Amino acid sequence: MAFPLTVNNLTVAYQKKPVLEDISFRVPEGKLIGIIGPNGAGKSTLIKAILELIPSITGDVAIFGESYKKTRKRVGYVPQRESVDWDFPTDALDVVMMGRYGHLGWFKRPDKKDKAHAMECLDQVGMSQYAHRQISQLSGGQQQRVFLARALAQDAEIYFMDEPFVGVDAATEKAIIALLMKLKSQGKTVLVVHHDLNTVKEYFDWIMLLNVKLIGIGPTEKLFTKDYLQKTYGGSLTMLDSNTSPIIVSPR
Amino acid sequence: MNWFSLFLDPNTQWILMGSMLLGLSSGVIGSFAYLRKQSLMGDALSHAALPGVCLAYMLTGTKSIFFFLIGAIIAGILATAAIGYITRNSRIKQDSALGIILTVFFGVGIVLLTQIQHSNSGNQSGLDKFLFGHAASMVKLDVYTIAGISAVLVVLCFLFFKEFKLLSFDPGFAKGIGLPTILLDQFMMLLIVTAVVIGIQAVGVVLMAALLITPAVAARYWTEKLHVMVILAGLFGAFSGFVGTVVSSMVNNLPTGPLIVLSATVLFIISVLAAPNRGVLAKTRLRVSAKSEYQPLTNQRVKEKSL
Ligand SMILES: Nc1ncnc2c1ncn2[C@@H]1O[C@H](COP(=O)(O)OP(=O)(O)OP(=O)(O)O)[C@@H](O)[C@H]1O
Ligand SMILES: [Mg+2]
Repeated sequence: MAFPLTVNNLTVAYQKKPVLEDISFRVPEGKLIGIIGPNGAGKSTLIKAILELIPSITGDVAIFGESYKKTRKRVGYVPQRESVDWDFPTDALDVVMMGRYGHLGWFKRPDKKDKAHAMECLDQVGMSQYAHRQISQLSGGQQQRVFLARALAQDAEIYFMDEPFVGVDAATEKAIIALLMKLKSQGKTVLVVHHDLNTVKEYFDWIMLLNVKLIGIGPTEKLFTKDYLQKTYGGSLTMLDSNTSPIIVSPR
Repeated sequence: MNWFSLFLDPNTQWILMGSMLLGLSSGVIGSFAYLRKQSLMGDALSHAALPGVCLAYMLTGTKSIFFFLIGAIIAGILATAAIGYITRNSRIKQDSALGIILTVFFGVGIVLLTQIQHSNSGNQSGLDKFLFGHAASMVKLDVYTIAGISAVLVVLCFLFFKEFKLLSFDPGFAKGIGLPTILLDQFMMLLIVTAVVIGIQAVGVVLMAALLITPAVAARYWTEKLHVMVILAGLFGAFSGFVGTVVSSMVNNLPTGPLIVLSATVLFIISVLAAPNRGVLAKTRLRVSAKSEYQPLTNQRVKEKSL
Protein backbone atom coordinates (compact mmCIF):
# COMPACT_ATOMS: atom_id res chain seq x y z
CA MET A 1 0.00 0.00 0.00
CA ALA A 2 1.50 3.33 -1.03
CA PHE A 3 1.56 6.22 1.41
CA PRO A 4 -1.07 8.89 0.80
CA LEU A 5 1.64 11.53 0.69
CA THR A 6 5.39 11.30 0.22
CA VAL A 7 7.56 14.39 -0.13
CA ASN A 8 11.26 14.14 -0.92
CA ASN A 9 13.80 16.95 -0.68
CA LEU A 10 11.31 19.64 -1.54
CA THR A 11 12.77 23.14 -1.86
CA VAL A 12 10.71 26.15 -2.88
CA ALA A 13 11.73 29.78 -3.40
CA TYR A 14 9.80 32.80 -4.59
CA GLN A 15 12.95 34.88 -4.78
CA LYS A 16 16.55 33.92 -4.07
CA LYS A 17 16.07 32.82 -0.51
CA PRO A 18 14.18 29.52 -0.17
CA VAL A 19 10.99 29.66 1.88
CA LEU A 20 10.96 25.88 2.17
CA GLU A 21 14.23 24.04 2.49
CA ASP A 22 14.80 20.39 1.81
CA ILE A 23 11.53 19.07 3.18
CA SER A 24 11.13 15.29 3.30
CA PHE A 25 8.39 13.37 5.03
CA ARG A 26 5.80 10.66 4.68
CA VAL A 27 2.23 10.68 5.86
CA PRO A 28 0.40 7.47 6.80
CA GLU A 29 -3.22 6.79 5.99
CA GLY A 30 -6.15 7.82 8.17
CA LYS A 31 -4.49 10.60 10.13
CA LEU A 32 -5.67 14.08 11.03
CA ILE A 33 -2.52 16.15 10.84
CA GLY A 34 -1.99 19.70 12.03
CA ILE A 35 0.58 21.80 10.19
CA ILE A 36 2.00 24.23 12.70
CA GLY A 37 4.45 27.08 12.44
CA PRO A 38 4.75 30.87 12.72
CA ASN A 39 3.55 33.35 10.06
CA GLY A 40 5.69 33.10 6.98
CA ALA A 41 6.92 29.62 7.91
CA GLY A 42 5.87 28.35 4.50
CA LYS A 43 2.75 26.41 5.46
CA SER A 44 0.61 27.74 2.62
CA THR A 45 3.60 27.46 0.31
CA LEU A 46 4.03 23.79 1.22
CA ILE A 47 0.44 23.01 0.28
CA LYS A 48 0.65 25.03 -2.93
CA ALA A 49 3.89 23.30 -3.93
CA ILE A 50 2.41 19.87 -3.27
CA LEU A 51 -0.60 20.75 -5.42
CA GLU A 52 1.73 22.18 -8.09
CA LEU A 53 0.12 25.59 -7.87
CA ILE A 54 3.62 27.02 -7.64
CA PRO A 55 6.83 25.53 -9.05
CA SER A 56 9.40 23.98 -6.74
CA ILE A 57 13.15 24.17 -7.28
CA THR A 58 13.96 20.61 -6.33
CA GLY A 59 12.24 17.61 -4.90
CA ASP A 60 9.36 15.40 -5.78
CA VAL A 61 5.94 14.73 -4.38
CA ALA A 62 3.99 11.50 -4.65
CA ILE A 63 0.35 11.14 -3.77
CA PHE A 64 -0.67 7.53 -3.32
CA GLY A 65 2.63 6.66 -4.93
CA GLU A 66 1.96 8.55 -8.12
CA SER A 67 2.42 12.05 -9.45
CA TYR A 68 -0.24 14.60 -8.58
CA LYS A 69 -1.24 14.83 -12.22
CA LYS A 70 -2.53 11.28 -12.05
CA THR A 71 -4.13 11.50 -8.62
CA ARG A 72 -5.87 14.90 -8.80
CA LYS A 73 -9.31 13.39 -8.38
CA ARG A 74 -8.32 11.88 -5.06
CA VAL A 75 -7.19 15.23 -3.64
CA GLY A 76 -9.34 17.90 -2.00
CA TYR A 77 -8.22 21.46 -1.31
CA VAL A 78 -9.50 24.28 0.89
CA PRO A 79 -7.61 27.49 0.07
CA GLN A 80 -7.34 30.46 2.43
CA ARG A 81 -10.62 32.33 2.28
CA GLU A 82 -9.09 35.62 1.14
CA SER A 83 -7.83 33.97 -2.03
CA VAL A 84 -11.02 34.80 -3.93
CA ASP A 85 -13.30 37.81 -4.46
CA TRP A 86 -16.58 36.91 -2.76
CA ASP A 87 -18.55 39.51 -4.68
CA PHE A 88 -18.99 37.08 -7.55
CA PRO A 89 -22.41 36.47 -9.09
CA THR A 90 -23.07 33.03 -7.68
CA ASP A 91 -24.64 31.34 -4.66
CA ALA A 92 -23.30 28.98 -2.02
CA LEU A 93 -24.63 25.83 -3.67
CA ASP A 94 -23.00 26.76 -6.96
CA VAL A 95 -19.61 27.21 -5.28
CA VAL A 96 -19.90 23.79 -3.65
CA MET A 97 -20.81 22.36 -7.03
CA MET A 98 -17.42 23.54 -8.29
CA GLY A 99 -15.99 20.73 -6.20
CA ARG A 100 -17.57 18.35 -8.75
CA TYR A 101 -15.96 20.00 -11.78
CA GLY A 102 -12.80 17.93 -11.51
CA HIS A 103 -14.88 14.77 -11.87
CA LEU A 104 -16.96 16.12 -14.73
CA GLY A 105 -14.36 16.83 -17.37
CA TRP A 106 -14.59 19.29 -20.23
CA PHE A 107 -17.88 20.75 -21.46
CA LYS A 108 -20.09 18.59 -19.22
CA ARG A 109 -22.49 20.41 -16.92
CA PRO A 110 -23.24 19.23 -13.39
CA ASP A 111 -26.50 17.24 -13.30
CA LYS A 112 -29.14 16.53 -10.65
CA LYS A 113 -26.95 13.98 -8.91
CA ASP A 114 -24.09 16.45 -8.57
CA LYS A 115 -26.52 19.01 -7.23
CA ALA A 116 -27.93 16.62 -4.65
CA HIS A 117 -24.41 15.68 -3.63
CA ALA A 118 -23.41 19.32 -3.27
CA MET A 119 -26.50 19.93 -1.16
CA GLU A 120 -25.51 17.05 1.11
CA CYS A 121 -22.06 18.54 1.57
CA LEU A 122 -23.56 21.92 2.46
CA ASP A 123 -25.73 20.13 4.97
CA GLN A 124 -22.71 18.47 6.54
CA VAL A 125 -21.22 21.88 7.34
CA GLY A 126 -24.59 23.12 8.58
CA MET A 127 -25.15 25.51 5.70
CA SER A 128 -28.08 23.99 3.83
CA GLN A 129 -30.42 26.87 4.66
CA TYR A 130 -27.98 29.25 2.94
CA ALA A 131 -27.72 27.22 -0.28
CA HIS A 132 -29.22 29.94 -2.45
CA ARG A 133 -27.74 32.92 -0.67
CA GLN A 134 -25.41 35.08 -2.75
CA ILE A 135 -21.91 34.41 -1.47
CA SER A 136 -21.01 38.00 -0.61
CA GLN A 137 -23.99 38.03 1.75
CA LEU A 138 -22.49 35.26 3.86
CA SER A 139 -20.44 35.99 6.96
CA GLY A 140 -16.73 35.20 6.92
CA GLY A 141 -17.21 31.99 8.89
CA GLN A 142 -20.04 30.92 6.61
CA GLN A 143 -17.86 31.52 3.56
CA GLN A 144 -15.20 29.38 5.16
CA ARG A 145 -17.77 26.61 5.62
CA VAL A 146 -18.79 26.88 1.97
CA PHE A 147 -15.19 26.30 0.96
CA LEU A 148 -15.07 23.29 3.26
CA ALA A 149 -18.25 21.92 1.70
CA ARG A 150 -16.72 22.38 -1.74
CA ALA A 151 -13.74 20.29 -0.68
CA LEU A 152 -16.11 17.61 0.66
CA ALA A 153 -17.87 17.60 -2.70
CA GLN A 154 -14.55 16.67 -4.28
CA ASP A 155 -14.95 13.22 -2.71
CA ALA A 156 -11.24 13.03 -2.11
CA GLU A 157 -9.10 10.66 -0.09
CA ILE A 158 -6.55 13.21 1.02
CA TYR A 159 -7.46 16.76 1.98
CA PHE A 160 -5.34 19.90 2.29
CA MET A 161 -6.92 22.72 4.28
CA ASP A 162 -5.32 26.11 4.72
CA GLU A 163 -6.53 27.68 7.97
CA PRO A 164 -10.12 26.47 7.78
CA PHE A 165 -10.90 27.82 11.24
CA VAL A 166 -10.11 31.47 10.64
CA GLY A 167 -13.15 33.55 11.53
CA VAL A 168 -15.20 30.51 12.51
CA ASP A 169 -16.99 30.59 15.86
CA ALA A 170 -16.14 28.06 18.57
CA ALA A 171 -19.25 25.93 18.07
CA THR A 172 -18.71 25.70 14.32
CA GLU A 173 -15.06 24.91 14.86
CA LYS A 174 -16.03 21.94 17.01
CA ALA A 175 -18.57 20.82 14.41
CA ILE A 176 -15.97 21.02 11.64
CA ILE A 177 -13.45 19.10 13.73
CA ALA A 178 -16.07 16.40 14.30
CA LEU A 179 -16.52 16.28 10.53
CA LEU A 180 -12.77 15.98 9.95
CA MET A 181 -12.59 13.20 12.52
CA LYS A 182 -15.34 11.43 10.63
CA LEU A 183 -13.31 11.71 7.42
CA LYS A 184 -10.36 10.31 9.32
CA SER A 185 -12.38 7.37 10.56
CA GLN A 186 -13.29 6.64 6.94
CA GLY A 187 -9.58 6.16 6.31
CA LYS A 188 -9.03 9.56 4.72
CA THR A 189 -6.00 11.70 5.38
CA VAL A 190 -6.52 15.31 6.35
CA LEU A 191 -3.78 17.96 6.63
CA VAL A 192 -4.83 21.19 8.29
CA VAL A 193 -2.86 24.40 8.72
CA HIS A 194 -3.67 25.46 12.25
CA HIS A 195 -2.70 28.45 14.38
CA ASP A 196 -4.33 27.94 17.74
CA LEU A 197 -1.80 26.01 19.80
CA ASN A 198 -4.29 25.61 22.64
CA THR A 199 -6.43 23.19 20.69
CA VAL A 200 -3.69 21.22 18.95
CA LYS A 201 -3.65 18.38 21.44
CA GLU A 202 -7.39 18.00 21.33
CA TYR A 203 -7.74 18.03 17.54
CA PHE A 204 -4.79 16.31 15.92
CA ASP A 205 -3.27 12.88 16.31
CA TRP A 206 -0.25 13.92 14.29
CA ILE A 207 1.45 17.27 13.93
CA MET A 208 3.98 18.70 11.53
CA LEU A 209 6.19 21.48 12.82
CA LEU A 210 7.40 23.76 10.09
CA ASN A 211 9.58 26.82 9.92
CA VAL A 212 11.27 26.97 6.51
CA LYS A 213 12.82 23.65 7.48
CA LEU A 214 10.87 20.70 8.73
CA ILE A 215 11.32 20.67 12.51
CA GLY A 216 9.47 17.43 13.01
CA ILE A 217 6.50 15.32 12.09
CA GLY A 218 4.89 12.60 14.13
CA PRO A 219 2.38 11.77 16.85
CA THR A 220 1.20 14.82 18.76
CA GLU A 221 2.14 13.50 22.20
CA LYS A 222 5.73 13.05 21.05
CA LEU A 223 6.18 16.36 19.26
CA PHE A 224 3.94 18.80 21.07
CA THR A 225 6.50 19.66 23.70
CA LYS A 226 8.13 22.84 24.89
CA ASP A 227 11.41 21.93 23.21
CA TYR A 228 9.98 21.33 19.79
CA LEU A 229 7.71 24.35 19.92
CA GLN A 230 10.56 26.59 20.98
CA LYS A 231 12.57 25.26 18.07
CA THR A 232 9.68 26.00 15.68
CA TYR A 233 8.75 29.43 16.92
CA GLY A 234 12.24 30.47 18.00
CA GLY A 235 12.55 32.97 20.81
CA SER A 236 9.24 34.55 19.89
CA LEU A 237 7.32 32.16 22.06
CA THR A 238 6.80 32.49 25.77
CA MET A 239 5.28 29.57 27.54
CA LEU A 240 4.01 28.72 30.94
CA ASP A 241 4.40 25.12 31.79
CA SER A 242 1.12 24.31 33.44
CA ASN A 243 1.55 20.64 34.29
CA THR A 244 2.00 18.96 30.94
CA SER A 245 0.42 21.13 28.29
CA PRO A 246 2.31 24.21 27.26
CA ILE A 247 0.14 27.31 27.31
CA ILE A 248 1.14 30.05 24.98
CA VAL A 249 1.36 33.44 26.59
CA SER A 250 2.58 35.75 23.85
CA PRO A 251 3.19 34.30 20.46
CA ARG A 252 4.47 37.37 18.67
CA MET B 1 -34.90 60.56 -42.74
CA ASN B 2 -38.06 58.71 -41.85
CA TRP B 3 -37.82 56.01 -39.16
CA PHE B 4 -39.76 53.46 -41.07
CA SER B 5 -38.02 53.64 -44.40
CA LEU B 6 -34.80 53.14 -42.49
CA PHE B 7 -35.78 49.68 -41.32
CA LEU B 8 -37.10 48.70 -44.72
CA ASP B 9 -33.79 49.36 -46.40
CA PRO B 10 -32.09 45.95 -46.70
CA ASN B 11 -28.66 47.50 -46.43
CA THR B 12 -29.52 49.10 -43.11
CA GLN B 13 -31.02 45.85 -41.93
CA TRP B 14 -27.72 44.15 -42.53
CA ILE B 15 -25.74 46.80 -40.79
CA LEU B 16 -28.10 46.75 -37.83
CA MET B 17 -27.77 43.01 -37.59
CA GLY B 18 -23.98 43.29 -37.68
CA SER B 19 -23.79 45.81 -34.86
CA MET B 20 -26.25 43.89 -32.76
CA LEU B 21 -24.32 40.64 -33.05
CA LEU B 22 -21.14 42.52 -32.31
CA GLY B 23 -22.70 44.00 -29.18
CA LEU B 24 -23.96 40.57 -28.15
CA SER B 25 -20.59 38.84 -28.36
CA SER B 26 -18.77 41.78 -26.77
CA GLY B 27 -21.17 41.77 -23.83
CA VAL B 28 -20.78 38.03 -23.31
CA ILE B 29 -16.98 38.02 -23.43
CA GLY B 30 -16.77 41.29 -21.55
CA SER B 31 -18.62 39.71 -18.61
CA PHE B 32 -15.76 37.32 -18.00
CA ALA B 33 -13.13 40.01 -18.55
CA TYR B 34 -14.91 42.22 -16.02
CA LEU B 35 -15.29 39.48 -13.40
CA ARG B 36 -11.63 38.57 -13.79
CA LYS B 37 -10.78 42.23 -13.15
CA GLN B 38 -9.28 42.54 -16.58
CA SER B 39 -11.26 45.58 -17.69
CA LEU B 40 -8.06 47.55 -18.12
CA MET B 41 -6.52 44.67 -20.00
CA GLY B 42 -9.39 44.88 -22.50
CA ASP B 43 -8.64 48.55 -22.92
CA ALA B 44 -4.96 47.87 -23.48
CA LEU B 45 -5.68 45.09 -25.96
CA SER B 46 -8.04 47.23 -28.02
CA HIS B 47 -5.64 50.16 -28.18
CA ALA B 48 -2.76 47.83 -28.94
CA ALA B 49 -4.75 46.41 -31.84
CA LEU B 50 -4.46 49.64 -33.83
CA PRO B 51 -0.77 49.40 -34.86
CA GLY B 52 -1.24 45.70 -35.61
CA VAL B 53 -4.19 46.39 -37.87
CA CYS B 54 -2.42 49.28 -39.61
CA LEU B 55 0.68 47.17 -40.24
CA ALA B 56 -1.47 44.36 -41.58
CA TYR B 57 -3.04 46.82 -44.01
CA MET B 58 0.31 48.28 -45.06
CA LEU B 59 1.81 44.85 -45.70
CA THR B 60 -1.11 43.24 -47.49
CA GLY B 61 -2.79 46.28 -49.00
CA THR B 62 -6.21 44.77 -48.33
CA LYS B 63 -8.88 45.43 -45.76
CA SER B 64 -9.41 41.85 -44.70
CA ILE B 65 -10.62 40.98 -41.24
CA PHE B 66 -8.49 37.86 -41.28
CA PHE B 67 -5.22 39.78 -41.77
CA PHE B 68 -6.36 42.40 -39.29
CA LEU B 69 -6.92 39.67 -36.76
CA ILE B 70 -3.41 38.32 -37.24
CA GLY B 71 -1.96 41.82 -36.90
CA ALA B 72 -4.03 42.54 -33.80
CA ILE B 73 -3.13 39.21 -32.19
CA ILE B 74 0.59 39.78 -32.73
CA ALA B 75 0.28 43.31 -31.34
CA GLY B 76 -1.76 41.95 -28.42
CA ILE B 77 0.84 39.30 -27.62
CA LEU B 78 3.62 41.90 -27.77
CA ALA B 79 1.63 44.25 -25.53
CA THR B 80 0.83 41.61 -22.89
CA ALA B 81 4.41 40.35 -22.96
CA ALA B 82 5.68 43.91 -22.50
CA ILE B 83 3.26 44.51 -19.62
CA GLY B 84 4.37 41.27 -17.99
CA TYR B 85 8.05 42.14 -18.47
CA ILE B 86 7.64 45.59 -16.94
CA THR B 87 5.72 44.35 -13.89
CA ARG B 88 8.19 41.56 -13.27
CA ASN B 89 11.39 43.51 -13.75
CA SER B 90 10.63 46.89 -12.30
CA ARG B 91 8.76 48.35 -9.39
CA ILE B 92 6.03 49.61 -11.70
CA LYS B 93 2.64 48.12 -10.82
CA GLN B 94 0.45 46.42 -13.38
CA ASP B 95 -2.04 49.26 -13.85
CA SER B 96 0.75 51.73 -14.58
CA ALA B 97 2.42 49.27 -16.92
CA LEU B 98 -0.90 48.86 -18.73
CA GLY B 99 -1.14 52.64 -19.06
CA ILE B 100 2.37 52.94 -20.47
CA ILE B 101 1.97 50.16 -23.02
CA LEU B 102 -1.51 51.28 -24.03
CA THR B 103 -0.34 54.81 -24.86
CA VAL B 104 2.85 53.67 -26.60
CA PHE B 105 1.00 51.20 -28.84
CA PHE B 106 -1.79 53.64 -29.53
CA GLY B 107 0.73 56.36 -30.38
CA VAL B 108 2.49 54.07 -32.85
CA GLY B 109 -0.92 53.17 -34.27
CA ILE B 110 -1.81 56.82 -34.85
CA VAL B 111 1.52 57.43 -36.59
CA LEU B 112 0.93 54.45 -38.89
CA LEU B 113 -2.66 55.54 -39.52
CA THR B 114 -1.54 59.02 -40.52
CA GLN B 115 1.07 57.47 -42.78
CA ILE B 116 -1.57 55.35 -44.51
CA GLN B 117 -3.89 58.29 -45.03
CA HIS B 118 -1.14 60.31 -46.65
CA SER B 119 -0.33 57.53 -49.07
CA ASN B 120 -2.32 57.13 -52.28
CA SER B 121 -4.41 54.14 -51.40
CA GLY B 122 -5.22 55.56 -47.98
CA ASN B 123 -7.95 57.89 -49.06
CA GLN B 124 -10.34 55.18 -50.03
CA SER B 125 -9.23 52.74 -47.40
CA GLY B 126 -11.67 53.99 -44.78
CA LEU B 127 -9.05 53.24 -42.18
CA ASP B 128 -9.60 56.67 -40.68
CA LYS B 129 -12.90 55.28 -39.42
CA PHE B 130 -11.01 52.78 -37.28
CA LEU B 131 -10.65 55.21 -34.42
CA PHE B 132 -14.31 55.85 -33.72
CA GLY B 133 -16.08 53.44 -35.99
CA HIS B 134 -18.49 53.93 -38.84
CA ALA B 135 -21.05 51.19 -39.12
CA ALA B 136 -22.49 52.57 -42.35
CA SER B 137 -19.24 51.78 -44.15
CA MET B 138 -19.76 48.08 -43.57
CA VAL B 139 -20.55 46.13 -46.71
CA LYS B 140 -22.45 42.87 -46.83
CA LEU B 141 -19.31 40.75 -46.67
CA ASP B 142 -18.16 42.61 -43.56
CA VAL B 143 -21.48 41.93 -41.90
CA TYR B 144 -21.29 38.25 -42.81
CA THR B 145 -17.83 38.01 -41.29
CA ILE B 146 -18.80 39.89 -38.16
CA ALA B 147 -21.94 37.81 -37.72
CA GLY B 148 -20.07 34.54 -38.26
CA ILE B 149 -17.25 35.39 -35.87
CA SER B 150 -19.65 36.76 -33.23
CA ALA B 151 -21.62 33.54 -33.37
CA VAL B 152 -18.44 31.50 -32.90
CA LEU B 153 -17.42 33.68 -29.94
CA VAL B 154 -20.79 33.24 -28.25
CA VAL B 155 -20.80 29.47 -28.84
CA LEU B 156 -17.28 29.18 -27.41
CA CYS B 157 -18.33 31.06 -24.28
CA PHE B 158 -21.29 28.71 -23.97
CA LEU B 159 -19.14 25.60 -24.38
CA PHE B 160 -16.46 26.76 -21.95
CA PHE B 161 -18.94 28.33 -19.53
CA LYS B 162 -18.11 26.03 -16.62
CA GLU B 163 -14.36 26.41 -17.11
CA PHE B 164 -14.54 30.18 -17.56
CA LYS B 165 -16.67 30.46 -14.45
CA LEU B 166 -14.23 28.56 -12.27
CA LEU B 167 -11.26 30.41 -13.76
CA SER B 168 -12.93 33.75 -13.02
CA PHE B 169 -13.98 32.88 -9.47
CA ASP B 170 -11.06 30.84 -8.15
CA PRO B 171 -8.10 30.37 -10.51
CA GLY B 172 -6.09 28.59 -7.80
CA PHE B 173 -8.74 25.93 -7.34
CA ALA B 174 -9.14 25.66 -11.12
CA LYS B 175 -5.45 24.93 -11.45
CA GLY B 176 -5.63 22.47 -8.57
CA ILE B 177 -8.26 20.32 -10.25
CA GLY B 178 -6.17 20.25 -13.39
CA LEU B 179 -7.57 22.93 -15.67
CA PRO B 180 -4.82 24.33 -17.92
CA THR B 181 -5.29 27.81 -16.49
CA ILE B 182 -2.51 29.50 -18.44
CA LEU B 183 -3.86 28.15 -21.70
CA LEU B 184 -7.44 29.09 -20.81
CA ASP B 185 -6.24 32.55 -19.81
CA GLN B 186 -4.61 33.04 -23.20
CA PHE B 187 -7.65 31.62 -24.91
CA MET B 188 -9.79 34.25 -23.21
CA MET B 189 -7.37 36.97 -24.31
CA LEU B 190 -7.67 35.68 -27.84
CA LEU B 191 -11.45 35.92 -27.65
CA ILE B 192 -11.17 39.51 -26.42
CA VAL B 193 -8.77 40.46 -29.22
CA THR B 194 -11.08 38.83 -31.75
CA ALA B 195 -14.05 40.82 -30.45
CA VAL B 196 -11.96 43.98 -30.67
CA VAL B 197 -10.99 43.29 -34.28
CA ILE B 198 -14.52 42.60 -35.50
CA GLY B 199 -15.61 45.71 -33.62
CA ILE B 200 -13.04 47.97 -35.25
CA GLN B 201 -15.22 48.92 -38.18
CA ALA B 202 -18.41 49.63 -36.30
CA VAL B 203 -17.11 50.90 -32.95
CA GLY B 204 -13.43 51.71 -33.40
CA VAL B 205 -10.44 50.80 -31.25
CA VAL B 206 -10.80 53.72 -28.87
CA LEU B 207 -14.21 52.73 -27.58
CA MET B 208 -14.22 48.99 -28.12
CA ALA B 209 -13.14 48.38 -24.53
CA ALA B 210 -16.21 50.30 -23.37
CA LEU B 211 -18.49 48.03 -25.39
CA LEU B 212 -16.79 45.03 -23.76
CA ILE B 213 -17.09 46.22 -20.19
CA THR B 214 -20.06 48.61 -19.88
CA PRO B 215 -22.82 46.06 -20.70
CA ALA B 216 -21.20 43.61 -18.28
CA VAL B 217 -21.04 46.12 -15.44
CA ALA B 218 -24.65 47.14 -16.09
CA ALA B 219 -25.80 43.49 -16.16
CA ARG B 220 -24.04 42.77 -12.86
CA TYR B 221 -26.49 45.12 -11.15
CA TRP B 222 -29.53 43.05 -12.07
CA THR B 223 -28.60 39.56 -11.01
CA GLU B 224 -26.64 37.33 -8.69
CA LYS B 225 -26.39 34.49 -11.19
CA LEU B 226 -23.52 34.30 -13.62
CA HIS B 227 -25.43 32.85 -16.54
CA VAL B 228 -28.16 35.49 -16.22
CA MET B 229 -25.50 38.17 -16.07
CA VAL B 230 -23.78 36.89 -19.21
CA ILE B 231 -27.05 36.70 -21.15
CA LEU B 232 -28.12 40.15 -19.94
CA ALA B 233 -24.77 41.66 -20.85
CA GLY B 234 -25.16 40.17 -24.33
CA LEU B 235 -28.65 41.66 -24.67
CA PHE B 236 -27.49 45.05 -23.38
CA GLY B 237 -24.64 44.98 -25.90
CA ALA B 238 -26.98 44.06 -28.74
CA PHE B 239 -29.41 46.79 -27.73
CA SER B 240 -26.62 49.37 -27.61
CA GLY B 241 -25.44 48.27 -31.04
CA PHE B 242 -28.97 48.66 -32.37
CA VAL B 243 -29.66 52.10 -30.90
CA GLY B 244 -26.22 53.47 -31.76
CA THR B 245 -26.45 52.36 -35.36
CA VAL B 246 -29.99 53.67 -35.84
CA VAL B 247 -29.14 57.08 -34.39
CA SER B 248 -25.96 57.37 -36.41
CA SER B 249 -27.73 56.56 -39.66
CA MET B 250 -30.45 59.11 -38.91
CA VAL B 251 -28.10 61.92 -37.97
CA ASN B 252 -25.67 62.56 -40.76
CA ASN B 253 -22.04 61.63 -40.33
CA LEU B 254 -22.04 60.93 -36.62
CA PRO B 255 -19.54 58.15 -35.87
CA THR B 256 -21.25 54.97 -34.66
CA GLY B 257 -18.82 53.97 -31.93
CA PRO B 258 -19.51 56.85 -29.53
CA LEU B 259 -23.26 56.47 -30.06
CA ILE B 260 -23.17 52.75 -29.31
CA VAL B 261 -21.11 53.36 -26.20
CA LEU B 262 -23.41 56.19 -25.13
CA SER B 263 -26.40 53.87 -25.41
CA ALA B 264 -24.58 51.32 -23.29
CA THR B 265 -23.80 54.04 -20.78
CA VAL B 266 -27.46 55.02 -20.58
CA LEU B 267 -28.29 51.38 -19.83
CA PHE B 268 -25.58 51.41 -17.20
CA ILE B 269 -27.00 54.52 -15.51
CA ILE B 270 -30.49 53.04 -15.52
CA SER B 271 -29.07 49.88 -13.96
CA VAL B 272 -27.22 51.75 -11.23
CA LEU B 273 -30.39 53.60 -10.31
CA ALA B 274 -33.20 51.14 -10.86
CA ALA B 275 -31.82 47.62 -10.46
CA PRO B 276 -33.47 45.54 -7.73
CA ASN B 277 -31.33 44.90 -4.63
CA ARG B 278 -28.07 46.40 -5.94
CA GLY B 279 -29.49 49.60 -7.42
CA VAL B 280 -29.31 52.92 -5.58
CA LEU B 281 -33.09 53.30 -5.35
CA ALA B 282 -33.64 49.77 -4.07
CA LYS B 283 -30.92 50.20 -1.46
CA THR B 284 -32.41 53.45 -0.25
CA ARG B 285 -35.86 51.91 -0.07
CA LEU B 286 -34.47 48.96 1.88
CA ARG B 287 -32.74 51.24 4.34
CA VAL B 288 -35.88 53.27 4.88
CA SER B 289 -38.08 50.22 5.39
CA ALA B 290 -35.55 48.63 7.75
CA LYS B 291 -35.62 51.79 9.79
CA SER B 292 -39.39 51.99 9.95
CA GLU B 293 -39.66 48.35 10.92
CA TYR B 294 -37.16 48.85 13.65
CA GLN B 295 -38.94 51.91 15.03
CA PRO B 296 -41.97 50.23 16.68
CA LEU B 297 -39.66 47.94 18.59
CA THR B 298 -37.72 50.78 20.15
CA ASN B 299 -40.93 52.66 20.85
CA GLN B 300 -42.31 49.66 22.65
CA ARG B 301 -39.28 49.39 24.80
CA VAL B 302 -39.59 53.02 25.76
CA LYS B 303 -43.23 52.51 26.63
CA GLU B 304 -42.47 49.49 28.79
CA LYS B 305 -39.90 51.48 30.64
CA SER B 306 -42.24 54.35 31.27
CA LEU B 307 -44.83 51.96 32.60
N1 LIG C 1 3.78 35.25 -3.97
C1 LIG C 1 4.84 35.40 -3.18
N2 LIG C 1 5.95 36.06 -3.64
C2 LIG C 1 7.03 36.20 -2.87
N3 LIG C 1 7.15 35.73 -1.62
C3 LIG C 1 6.09 35.08 -1.10
C4 LIG C 1 4.89 34.87 -1.86
N4 LIG C 1 4.01 34.19 -1.09
C5 LIG C 1 4.64 33.98 0.08
N5 LIG C 1 5.89 34.50 0.08
C6 LIG C 1 6.86 34.42 1.19
O1 LIG C 1 7.06 33.06 1.47
C7 LIG C 1 7.13 32.83 2.87
C8 LIG C 1 6.14 31.75 3.25
O2 LIG C 1 4.81 32.21 3.01
P1 LIG C 1 3.54 31.34 3.34
O3 LIG C 1 2.37 32.07 2.80
O4 LIG C 1 3.77 29.95 2.89
O5 LIG C 1 3.53 31.39 4.93
P2 LIG C 1 2.50 30.74 5.93
O6 LIG C 1 3.27 29.79 6.77
O7 LIG C 1 1.32 30.23 5.20
O8 LIG C 1 2.11 32.01 6.79
P3 LIG C 1 0.71 32.43 7.46
O9 LIG C 1 0.66 31.75 8.77
O10 LIG C 1 0.85 33.90 7.62
O11 LIG C 1 -0.39 32.05 6.52
C9 LIG C 1 6.89 34.17 3.53
O12 LIG C 1 8.13 34.67 3.97
C10 LIG C 1 6.33 35.04 2.45
O13 LIG C 1 6.78 36.35 2.60
MG1 LIG D 1 -0.71 30.78 5.00
